Order: sequence, then structure tokens, then C-alpha cells
Amino acid sequence: MSARDDVLAAVRAALGPERRPAVEVDRAYRGRDPLPAGAGVVDLFVERVEDYRATVTRCTAADLVDAVAQALGGAARVVVPDGLDLDVPGAVPDDALTATALDAVDAVVTRATLGIAETGTVVLDHGPGQGRRALSLVPDLHVCVVEAGQVVRGVTDAVARLDPVRPQTWVSGPSATSDIELDRVEGVHGPRRLHVVLVEG
Amino acid sequence: MGATFVGMPPFPEAARTALADTRLRRNLGHATATIRAKRAAVVAELDDWEDLRRQAAAVKDETLTHLDEHLLTLEAALTERGAIVHWARDAADACAVVAEVARAHGIDEVVKVKSMATQEIGLNEALAARGIAAWETDLAELIVQLGDDLPSHILVPAIHRGRSEIREIFRTRMAAAGRPAPDDLTDDPAALAGAARLHLREKFLAARMAVSGANFAVAETGTLVVVESEGNGRMCLTLPEVLVSVVGIEKVVPTYADLDLFLRLLPRSSTGERMNPYTSTWAGVTPGDGPQEVHVVLLDNGRTRALADEYARQVLRCIRCSACLNVCPVYERVGGHAYGSVYPGPIGAILNPLLKGVGSDPVTDSLPYASTLCGACGDVCPVAIDIPGILVHERVKVVDAHRGDRPKAEALAMRAAAWGLGEAGRMALGEKVSGLVGRLPRRRGMPGGRGALSWLPFPGSRWTGARDLPTPPVESFRAWWRRAGRDEEVRR
Repeated sequence: MSARDDVLAAVRAALGPERRPAVEVDRAYRGRDPLPAGAGVVDLFVERVEDYRATVTRCTAADLVDAVAQALGGAARVVVPDGLDLDVPGAVPDDALTATALDAVDAVVTRATLGIAETGTVVLDHGPGQGRRALSLVPDLHVCVVEAGQVVRGVTDAVARLDPVRPQTWVSGPSATSDIELDRVEGVHGPRRLHVVLVEG
Repeated sequence: MGATFVGMPPFPEAARTALADTRLRRNLGHATATIRAKRAAVVAELDDWEDLRRQAAAVKDETLTHLDEHLLTLEAALTERGAIVHWARDAADACAVVAEVARAHGIDEVVKVKSMATQEIGLNEALAARGIAAWETDLAELIVQLGDDLPSHILVPAIHRGRSEIREIFRTRMAAAGRPAPDDLTDDPAALAGAARLHLREKFLAARMAVSGANFAVAETGTLVVVESEGNGRMCLTLPEVLVSVVGIEKVVPTYADLDLFLRLLPRSSTGERMNPYTSTWAGVTPGDGPQEVHVVLLDNGRTRALADEYARQVLRCIRCSACLNVCPVYERVGGHAYGSVYPGPIGAILNPLLKGVGSDPVTDSLPYASTLCGACGDVCPVAIDIPGILVHERVKVVDAHRGDRPKAEALAMRAAAWGLGEAGRMALGEKVSGLVGRLPRRRGMPGGRGALSWLPFPGSRWTGARDLPTPPVESFRAWWRRAGRDEEVRR
């Protein structure tokens, strides 16, 4: 027998001939993502992203371009994904750059699919303006533009909105490790700095 | 490179060695106390934590009850999205699949995302035997691999190492594995992480194939999920041309929507964070983004053995968060190596006997006893596995498996005790002897100020070798009753 047949036969033998009917699992937690009393979703998002030692800039649509330029802080080599609807002076577009070429880039600017207030997370599903996954991974600074309207309360709201077959990257703060005596160190393999630009109004 | 747990001594012996290592105990005590406090703080933020645990347990149980159906759904979804699905009965099957994929591409070096499943099957050693180098890219796993050491914690495998030891490992071992450590490397954690970054980036940029596990596999959509902190996972899952993921068959969840539960429970339980820094999900192949050849190996390796135990199959709910390790008074004192397995702590004490079966291997048979049954592990488990109950359940199985054996010293001692306590005259004699023992010089204090004996002559040394014996009272109750109690009763 093939390994497939053997494993499936072992599963069936373990479960026995009498199958219990499928049970609907209670989902009482859905839609109850917690917000601390008096907190607004966007304020909480900012607070929680900063809690992860990421930088947050709040701006209006009118000064977004300036805010992004400031967030880039003079990074010499900047890459932008296909479909990014922002003017980033001097940036090179992602023209199927190799990993080695990306490694020579200082910063990347992307948009996001949504932000999660409860956990301070930005989620990318790598659609237009977000780039393929390597783009927001290899450069050392990730500037991520999030619209206030994209911020949801919590993880259950986020999962309800996301497309399961698109690749996703959930980012909560910069790359970090606590593997050496549980001392948290930012920046191991992913971007060492995360700068979220939040667009309001 | 890479040690294995093969030939480890059973728990009591390994524990004795570990207990004598004061540095290990200091590192562990600090680490577990820190994670415990962080976990407690972020769990307290959710007022529906108990609901989440209950519902996560229900989702997992429901999935396990219909596991064959969910696996077939998963296989179909993965195939539809361009992944190649393999099945593996055991470690040998799984390692052969991974090696075969590498061989087909002429690849002799792979990068790895930290994964319990690939450690469980001894993948690195199996690949090395076929001339394929497998590089661990999680910082702690790198420390363990370069140090030719064994992991001692599910989440922080190098928890037993201090910063100066890590510096020494990097200085002496990194060069043989690729880019050497900088000459001026200090033992500052940021400097050590920086050295690992440079060393591994070379490997990420050159790697053509990666191997990962998965925290979850969504049957309905073929979505795999990897939860991590450092970005090494993203590097492996994104940069190489070929990706092979080894996934235990218990990792399946029915629908994408089920992830909301587990993505709330797992980070809070494991690292004590509201969310881990990076979570990656992918379903098969995404044209133009990431590996263009994606394999998934569905691994049994004893999981169906555990599934066959209708009560204990709840062990397969485990999401490998390691919360049970961090609250366990036994783990905190002896560390992970004493369990002789990649799965240490309370979960290892039940998972190993359930995956491997009891009765043939003394290391596995010793594990259900590596517990005080205090119950803390069951209380923190985010999927509400009744770990204490299963420990007792597995003890029964171990005893049953050895019914035909020559009785052990412990059984003989219990029989002798039954004889001695079974008749008043024999018991009185025993009390006299124990009163004399109580007059022996006391070597140590027990909590509460009671004296303790830390050494007895053979065969008592078998007991005191690992435990203190509270000093017996000099005067037994019955002796006291004869001397004082009856008089008092008469006086009343």
C-alpha cells in the first residue's frame, strides 16, 4: 500500500467505525474583539504599534507624500512595489529584482491590506501597492502606509475580511528575537525598523 | 552536525545530572519566571479567555473526530493550488521525501525554519547522511546546531545557554559553517544577533530550497501558516525556489475562519505577546511571488496511535505553545534535556508515550512519572488539554505494560510496606526502628522547619539519591498515647 493509503487507513482504524456527526462549534467570541473602555480603534492601533517599538506618523492625505519622505529619513536606495499610488522621489520600481539586488536596498514603501488595533499588527496580502513578499522583507526599513479606515478592532475581524488563498504577511513591529537570555533584540532577519504612516481624515 | 536524543538516560537519571547544574537552573528560573509574568499579563487583557480555550478545544476535537475527511479536503485544496502533496507513515518516509526533492534539483544545502516536526523526525541527521547540509535559521536553533547541542525548550531551544557561552559558540564554530563571527564579537545580545544576521543572510541569499513546518493547515483552502518572530521564517518561505513543508496530520483546522481563535491563543500563550512579530500564510504556489515549487508532507509518525486512544487523543489539540513548560515546577528545575525528547516538559511527558507507545523504551516509560501532578500545566493550556489526567492515564498504561516483568525495587518496597503496616505488632516494631532513624543526625532542613535525611544506606539510597526523606518523628503517635494521651483522657 502507498503511504497515503496507510496513513488514511490508520486514521480510520483509530477513529473506529462509528462516526460522530459533525458538531457546529459555538462562535460566541466572534465580533467581541476587546477594546479598552474609552479607546478609539485608531488610537489603540497607534498605541499598540508603538508598543512594539515601531514608529508611527499620523498625517492627512494631503501631507502623505511628505510624511513618507520623512519616514524614509534620507535612505539612499528605496524600492517601491508595482501599483503603489504614491510619489516617492528617487525610488526604483520593483522590476523582478533578485534577492541579492534587494539586499542592496535600504528601504521599501508599501501599503497594507488592513491594520489590527488590538494587537498593533499590519497585514499585507501582497496585492497592488504591497509588492511581492520578498520586497517588504529584505530591505532594512519598511515604511507601511495604512489608511485609518483600514484599521479593524481585533484578530477575529481581520480574519473575517482576509482572502485565505492570497499569501499574507502579518507584521507586528520590527523583526525581533528573545532567544538570548530572553533579552529582546530588534532586528534579526527581517527589517530592523518598521515605520507606519497612518493616514486620517 | 547536530546531536540526537538517541541513548538518553531515563528521566530520573537525567534529572539528577541536570539538578546539579546551577547555571542551568539559574537560566531556567529566570526565563520561565519572565515568560510566566508576560503571559499572565496579556491573558488578563482578554475577558473571554476561558471561552476561547473551550471553543479552541471544541474545534480541535471536532477536527480530530473527522480527521480523514479533513485531510482529504486539505490534499485536494493544496493540489488545486499547485502544491505537491506527499504522505509519510513515519520519520523514514518523511525524510526520504525531503531528500528526494533536494536530489531531484541537485541541491546539497537547504535552509530551515524552526519546526518541531522536522526535529521529531531527525531530518537534519537524515539529510546529512545523504550528503545534504540543513542549516537552522532560527537564532536559538542556530546556537543549538553550532554548539552540537540539543534543544531544551519548544519555544526557546537554547534557553539553557547564557550569553557568554553563545559568544564562545559563535567564535569557535561559525567559521566552519559559513561566514565567521566578527573578530570583536562581544556577548551583548544585540551584537550576537547581529553576527547571526550576517552569517545567515549569506545562506538566505544563496539558498535554493527551504524546509519548514506549519503551525496550522487549513483544509478548506490549503492555507499553511507559520508563526515566528525573527523573519528567518519569511526568508525561508519566500526567497528559495523550492519549499517543502513537513506538517503533522494534527495541524489541520477545517476552515480559514478557525484561525481567528488560534491566532489569539497562540502568541499570548507562547511568548506572552498580543501577536508575534511575523505570521506568514500561503496556499500552494503564487505565480511571481515566492517559491514556484511547493511540497507538503503530511506526517503521521505515531499521531494515529495517539488518535486511537479516545480519551488521550486530546493531546493532538496541542499547538506547541510551551506554556505548560513555563509553569511546570519539574521542568523549571531540570530543564528540557532530562526528558530525552524534542518535546520536553508536561506536554512531552504525555506526547512521547502517546506517539511512541509504552512498554519498550525505558526513557519513554519514565516520562509519565516526571511530574508532581500539581495541575498548573492543565490550567494554562490554551486548548485545555487535561495534561494531569493523561499523565495518570499513561502511568496506568506503563504499569500494565510491565505486569509480567520481574518486580522492581519500588514494587518490592511497597509489598514490604504492606506487610509491615498490615498487622499491629509488626507496625509497632517498625515504629521503634523509625524512631531510632529519627535520632540520626539531620542533614538538611525541609520547608516548615522539619529535619530531613539526604542519605540512607542501601537500599534506602535508591530513594535518597533523588529525594530528601523527612526525618521520622522520634516518638510515634501510639507511643505518645501510651505515655500521655490516655492519662489525659482519664483526667477528663
